[in-house]
Amino acid sequence: MRTATDKHRQDSWDIDGAGTLAVHPDEIREPLFEGKPALRDVTETVSGVVEGKPTKLWYATITLTGGLAGWGILTILYTIVTGIGVWGNNQPVGWAWDITNFVFWIGIGHAGTLISAILFLFRQKWRTAINRAAEAMTIFAVICALIFPIIHTGRPWVAVYWLLPLPNQMEMWVNFRSPLLWDVFAVSTYFAVSLMFWFVGLVPDFATLRNRAKNAIAKTIWTFVSFGWTGANRHWHRYEKAYLILAGISTPLVLSVHTIVSFDFAVSVLPGWHTTIFPPYFVAGAIFSGFGMVLTLMILARKLLNLEQFITVKHIENMNKVLMATGLMVGYAYGIEFFIAWYSGNPFERFVFINRAFGPYSWAYWTMVTCNVFIPQLFWFRKIRRNLMITWVISIFVNVGMWFERFVIIATSLHRDFLPSSWGYFIPTWVDVSIFAGTVGLFLTLFLLFAKYIPVLAISEVKGILPGAQPSHLHH
Amino acid sequence: MKQTAGISGLFHDPDAVLKAAAELRRAGYRRFDFHTPYPLHGLDDAMGVERTILPWISLAGGVIGAAVALHLQWWTGAVDYPLIIGGKPLFALPPSIPITFELTVLLCAIATVVGMFALNGLPRWYSRWQNDDHFLRSTDDAFVVTVDAEDGHYHPEKTRVLLESLGAEHVRIVEYEDQ
Repeated sequence: MRTATDKHRQDSWDIDGAGTLAVHPDEIREPLFEGKPALRDVTETVSGVVEGKPTKLWYATITLTGGLAGWGILTILYTIVTGIGVWGNNQPVGWAWDITNFVFWIGIGHAGTLISAILFLFRQKWRTAINRAAEAMTIFAVICALIFPIIHTGRPWVAVYWLLPLPNQMEMWVNFRSPLLWDVFAVSTYFAVSLMFWFVGLVPDFATLRNRAKNAIAKTIWTFVSFGWTGANRHWHRYEKAYLILAGISTPLVLSVHTIVSFDFAVSVLPGWHTTIFPPYFVAGAIFSGFGMVLTLMILARKLLNLEQFITVKHIENMNKVLMATGLMVGYAYGIEFFIAWYSGNPFERFVFINRAFGPYSWAYWTMVTCNVFIPQLFWFRKIRRNLMITWVISIFVNVGMWFERFVIIATSLHRDFLPSSWGYFIPTWVDVSIFAGTVGLFLTLFLLFAKYIPVLAISEVKGILPGAQPSHLHH
Repeated sequence: MKQTAGISGLFHDPDAVLKAAAELRRAGYRRFDFHTPYPLHGLDDAMGVERTILPWISLAGGVIGAAVALHLQWWTGAVDYPLIIGGKPLFALPPSIPITFELTVLLCAIATVVGMFALNGLPRWYSRWQNDDHFLRSTDDAFVVTVDAEDGHYHPEKTRVLLESLGAEHVRIVEYEDQ
């Protein structure tokens, strides 16, 4: 049995009384954090970001992204005032840019829930360094996603009656047999549960900030949002149970959300959409794109916020492995879709897929394949997985590729209708492009606000996995 | 008027915390707690914390969610305003599953979060210990033991000696302003 003092010798290959090697697997693995951070280092590093003054770079960036978001809001107002005829979608491509963006943003959110829930259940300790930021991205991405279906209704102020079962003077109800309504429930549940999960994780960290606050205003704010958290162990007991339950129910939830998003397409009878592989294919793609976005932002954030000690190359490499695994699943789905199209013997089905790869939108198709299937293969090399510059560039390709995946699925399946007289070609208008750019601006603005004003690392969770933080009997 | 909240002390070693928790319990103390910056594994057992009933609250939330969802879809579609759409049945189980699942998760999550805070007596923006420096450090880098003055075994001197013998540092009596 090891005593308390043995903990301090964890970095050496200590021999216990029985003469056997008493080394915990964690001591052989690459350490999660650089150096030997103490509990106080975690508090100081993370609170320091919140308590310090924003840098000039932060102001410059948020001006830019805020401006972009403002431009998006103006073009949304223009759309509502004029009508959605200012968008490029029209028969036969009735769904186009807006739904592509919706699915794209919903997908981005999936990495956050995977990290916070699924990796928690699998006891992946490395998740604690990135879960807070990834969960924040989930929430911001879902906000961006929700904008599109709501403005596509044309009259968002009455959309609530079309989307939710509210009693109304016509005594009619929403159509529960439609996948679009399932989607309303899936996405709003996803948003609500992600927000609650995120908030529960934040409460102990808000308490940390409250206890450090110097001025009265900060103290009042942190006291209020920390709910008066005291860190009492009797509270932690229920807290940990709640966290486990939330992780347990978020795991099937995150799988269900993109499954139901894929039902929007798969439940229809349109060639190119009506495929049974869609649910797993969409979920894998969502996690793939989500990790792409997490990498894009976290590689920058760890540098700018001086978090290199806590978000190490090991974390980046682990994310790259997830990226490659899900990327291969997506590539497999691309392949199997073609096989099934041929194997079905259905001429319409075959036409859609041949047209996808070699028709008018082939440029989009091959952009997608290049970004999502070919480029991530570089991650087979350890050197590249651990190279931050290359990883960052590849993560951008993944973001682009996954946007194109949704565009390819939606636009190419619609633009060749069953009758050649109804064929068309979708081109986005400046309004389409502006609104999408606006949501990118909104997403980045929210992320910048988060990175400055909310603890970017889960302080209490990181502390709990530092070497020597837990009682030593657990090492046996 | 100043009131005594109880006695508090600092620990830095997680092993000493576990030992102290077990000893306090053995000495008969019940109204004591450890304020820690992160949950310490094994402390629940050492302190003898009873298993929370929270999972049952979560379960109840989930069951209510499922029942509400099924009832809502059946009643609106098949009873209140039957309307045949696309030749589909007015109510059937398979197309009702997605929304049933989502509402199950939603109500389960709400029950879990609300239940957790309610059982913990939160939000309560005031704590008797809050002006003690020990309390402020309990979210940073120290484990703070607190023994309530209302505990039957509490004794200003004996409790202090016991805590010090268990390795607690800076043991002192904490007072709060009674309003």
